[in-house]
Amino acid sequence: MPTTSAATSAATADPPKRSAVRSLLRLWPYVRPIRTRLFSAAFVAIVASCVGLVIPLVLKWMVDGPVAGRDPGGVWLGALYLLLLGLAEAGLFGLRRWLVARPLASVEASMRADLFRHLQRLPIAFHDKWASGQLLSRGTTDLMLLRMFLAFPLTFLLVNGVTILVGMIILLAQEWTLGLVLLAPVVPMVIVCSLFERRYAAVARRAQDQVGDLTTVVEESVLGVRIIKGFGRHRSQARAFHELAHRLRGTELGKAKLLAAIWAVIVLLPELTIGAALVLGTVQVADGALSAGTLVLFLSTALALRWPVESIGFLLAMSQEAATATERYFEVLDAEPESSDAAAPGKPSDVVALGKPSDAAALDKPPTGSLSTGLRFEGVEFRYPDAAPDAPPALARIDLHIRPGETMALVGATGSGKTTLTALVPRLHETTGGRITLDGEDITAMPRERLRELVAVAFEEPTLFSASVGENVLMGAEHATADDLRRALAVAQADFVHALPHGTHTQVGEQGLSLSGGQRQRLALARAVVGKPRFLVLDDPLSALDVHTEALVEAALREVLAGTTALVVAHRPSTVLLADRVALLSGGRITAVGTHQELLRDNAEYAWLMSGADETVDGLSYVKEDR
Amino acid sequence: MTTTVDKPADAAARQQADDPFAQDTLPAAEGATGALLRSLLAPLRARVVLTALLLLLQQAAVQAGPLLVAFAIDRGVPALRRGDHGPLIAVAAAYAVCSLGSAALQYAFIRSSARVNQDVLLDLRGRIFRHAQALSVDFHERYTSGRLISRSTTDVESLRELLSEGLQELITVILSFVYIAAMLLWLDLGLGGVAVASFVPLYLLIRLYQRRAGRIFRRRSTTIAAVIVKFAETMNGIRPVRAFRREQANDEEFAVLNHRHERTNGDAMLEMARYVVGSRLVANTAVAGIVLWGAYRVAGGGLALGVLAACVLYLRRLYDPIDRLGMFLNSYQSAAASLEKIAGLLAQTPSVPEPSEPRTLPVRRSELPGRTVTFESVSFGYRTGGEVLPRFDLTLPAGQTVAVVGSTGAGKSTLAKLLARFYDPSRGRVLLDGVDLRELAVPELRRGVVMVTQEAFLFSGTIAENIAIGRPEATREEIEGAAKAIGAHEFIVALPDGYDTDVRKRGGRISAGQRQLVAFARALLADPAVLILDEATSSLDVPGERAVQEAMRTVLHGRTAVVIAHRLSTVAIADRVLVMESGRVVEDGPPDELIAGTGRFSDLHRAWRDSLVG
Repeated sequence: MPTTSAATSAATADPPKRSAVRSLLRLWPYVRPIRTRLFSAAFVAIVASCVGLVIPLVLKWMVDGPVAGRDPGGVWLGALYLLLLGLAEAGLFGLRRWLVARPLASVEASMRADLFRHLQRLPIAFHDKWASGQLLSRGTTDLMLLRMFLAFPLTFLLVNGVTILVGMIILLAQEWTLGLVLLAPVVPMVIVCSLFERRYAAVARRAQDQVGDLTTVVEESVLGVRIIKGFGRHRSQARAFHELAHRLRGTELGKAKLLAAIWAVIVLLPELTIGAALVLGTVQVADGALSAGTLVLFLSTALALRWPVESIGFLLAMSQEAATATERYFEVLDAEPESSDAAAPGKPSDVVALGKPSDAAALDKPPTGSLSTGLRFEGVEFRYPDAAPDAPPALARIDLHIRPGETMALVGATGSGKTTLTALVPRLHETTGGRITLDGEDITAMPRERLRELVAVAFEEPTLFSASVGENVLMGAEHATADDLRRALAVAQADFVHALPHGTHTQVGEQGLSLSGGQRQRLALARAVVGKPRFLVLDDPLSALDVHTEALVEAALREVLAGTTALVVAHRPSTVLLADRVALLSGGRITAVGTHQELLRDNAEYAWLMSGADETVDGLSYVKEDR
Repeated sequence: MTTTVDKPADAAARQQADDPFAQDTLPAAEGATGALLRSLLAPLRARVVLTALLLLLQQAAVQAGPLLVAFAIDRGVPALRRGDHGPLIAVAAAYAVCSLGSAALQYAFIRSSARVNQDVLLDLRGRIFRHAQALSVDFHERYTSGRLISRSTTDVESLRELLSEGLQELITVILSFVYIAAMLLWLDLGLGGVAVASFVPLYLLIRLYQRRAGRIFRRRSTTIAAVIVKFAETMNGIRPVRAFRREQANDEEFAVLNHRHERTNGDAMLEMARYVVGSRLVANTAVAGIVLWGAYRVAGGGLALGVLAACVLYLRRLYDPIDRLGMFLNSYQSAAASLEKIAGLLAQTPSVPEPSEPRTLPVRRSELPGRTVTFESVSFGYRTGGEVLPRFDLTLPAGQTVAVVGSTGAGKSTLAKLLARFYDPSRGRVLLDGVDLRELAVPELRRGVVMVTQEAFLFSGTIAENIAIGRPEATREEIEGAAKAIGAHEFIVALPDGYDTDVRKRGGRISAGQRQLVAFARALLADPAVLILDEATSSLDVPGERAVQEAMRTVLHGRTAVVIAHRLSTVAIADRVLVMESGRVVEDGPPDELIAGTGRFSDLHRAWRDSLVG
């Protein structure tokens, strides 16, 4: 099974090693608006923990004072102090959480909104490279980690540091010998914890990646379930899955072993020192060098300091995780969005001037006159951003003129670059040379919004969103009416819509009814024509339709195409016949332009593409004889 | 969303609320969640008991500390003053033993419980995976892939969190409650009684929190799910999003969903804050009360000082884990919801079960690979209702290539899926050389029947590995042979690494047509007795399709084949044509005869030929 060699997730590519603090500092712009509340919360937390440390002092005072002195009134006073301190502690804890609850939720939300906004505006090439699952995990788990980081580790690293310091001072001030004994394990514990944290982070990362691999197998086995069933491969698929799951279990057990070891240390060291302090303290109390109250104070303070010390390890681990999450988040946010519209005009013409001086003259022509109207490709070149530098460009020297109202079919062998060429018109990919003009206007000079309003597209892979059928179609036009919707559905022969449980209000997409490929394709076509666009780009719009429906769509589409300037990718003669002229794309270049009949007569490649090795195949020869 | 359709959409949503598939709430039997958990733990019973025992002992060792403090103060100090070191040495030794013991037990417990957790997760992951694979195609057509994926990822993950962090926490908390309460009662009945009494308001507080937070958490998981769906959908459909200028509208829609999640997120944190304040108040008040009463009695001489000290130390430990209990409740709630969803999925029975006593296919009568297919009084309707194929009989003799034509929805694909046993007929039988498909084990069935569909999905891995799915034991020569036969060899060797090109890395650049060629090569390699091609050439260009047909001529020779295609060019290689309409075969005969006739096929063929202007 190919899945056994499942690719490791994209995220495992070594990120540039950056210190955790530097990464985390990048969060500042998001934290800034809530800084007052965050800092007040930290201050409140410090006060609360100091209050916690005062409680043992009160206990000591009670034991050595009123208790030893058999003073019931003093006992009442002490208990009252304890109660007040307890109430204050509870109140402060609550205040801290109340201060940050809404602000932290808003930080998470605004980071997520920024990510979403940014991703929507990144070049398509970026999305081709990144699996959507990787983007999603940045928008969900990573942001949740960051919220948790702001809520706990960030505050408590500070709070615990202060608490440990204050506790140390109290202990040393009371009786420095005993204090030193109790403080002995602090330094080794912090060292052990941070050492552990480093090793743990490595194992945790490995486990994360293995979960990613496992997810890939799950995803593919669900998406490819018909193939797995069709070939009866579900046992080998299950074996591959089991193997990966087993490996993950191994890693998790290794993780548990590390965790068990560190917990043993965390339990052992303080317990041993408390034991030592108890023995020493008892001796001193017996000698009269120490009051019983002080011993109680020591032991309860030591207990109070246990959590701050123990927690440093996992607080650091959480911070480390948060730093990784921050890096992952900014990895995406740092990616350059589509160039802003205002700056765009300069760039492509520079490329033209540098690369193709002969075409530069064309730029000087006034944007009026019949030659410049319609849709025009001038010396267009395109190479994929991730292509090897020595590889030939995917498209080169494309010169093509589609006159206003004309429909041009784009024909080429599988893999010749037809889909790539269509993606250049709405600027889903940016040309790397030459220019494309709409009615004489360079597409890079107009705002993308307007460009995409002028040009409507239907893709080979028809995507529907979780919304009603009507909403899916109407997203092609801002101001379309119910009539437009009816008309568009009629053109695309999407009458099946009216037979759906709730007509055009039926929910489709991930959250609703699943439609067949042919049905989706017809809706995508309806979406493209609903706004009566000036320019229409259709990428093999009828591939999934049966011959009967195809004929009906073609008849209806012909009327629509009469009024628009259109570029239609076609695989079959029937689709080509929708067009006035045909352009042949071969090896990334336009090798011929003409009517279907002309090309069929004069161009061997075209004839071959349209009819195959006609003469040698008996199958079609009877069709010919028939004619 | 456009406002014009809001109202009817609401109505639609209401009606969809009745469909368990639309609502993502597959019904699970009463108590199925608990039964699932029990069945996962049953094989691990011994280890579960061991783990519990380890924790029991560990807590005993941990909670001995304050007791030793009391002993040291009340017995050790007076003894020392008498010059007797015995009690103090005993305390020192006991403390050392307890510390070492609790550390060692903690180590053993964490490792042992990790074994339990990981074994449960391994089992559960495997069950979901196998079950999802065993469920029939009609289930997969209704249960969207996204949901299935989240069942085996996020839902398993929330159970993992509960098992690895929450459950251990809970047991520790309960155990320490029990131990400490027992110790306090033993040290002093009165003080212990007060401490135990303080559990009542705490318990009520926890119940209240659980109820309130449960509501918020359910709301939160709904709101985050909405955020995720919107997010994923937008990124997966980024091309149409761009081309139709949906960015602004999407930003606004996303902002609404995101804000809704932000609110519930804040609500959850505030609820937690209320819980913390409440529990701290109860705890600290109880401590003050107990200290007051204890100190009063020590002052009055009714209580030893050491006992009071031990009580105070115990009290601090007693109330420490209440916050963590709140966190446990959080993870418990989300895990319970996840388990319920998983149980619902596992409760789905495969509608196409494997036979318990499989039969084998008879030995072939001739050298040729084909077998005879018989549909015997077959009818088919979906479980949701509506008959798709009314009762019919059909025999496809071994070695015959049959083209099935007809418009969308005529039942062509359903016929193919019955033959591939993606579905079972509602009535009647589908026979392969006289053996009911339902009686064939999967490997035997797939040597018999293989289906190539229109959607040509590629798995991650190399091109060669993708072709080898057809027959995993095939050699490289055989793989290349299959690719050559179908005309895929040229484009494959032109890829950066040829047959070893990873399809994920350049997956976006392998066109739909090329993917279909790979799918074809896969089917050729499988070498089945019956080959079904369902729209398998829809994305190929004419020469590609022609090359495939050329290859089919040799490949299909002697094999039984069912070819479904919109394009009638496929008919060229058929011995026989079936024309279907509304689930019935309306014409049946050799292509030439049908073309020459005056029936539907003749019309269709004429229309198609006209479209092939050449």
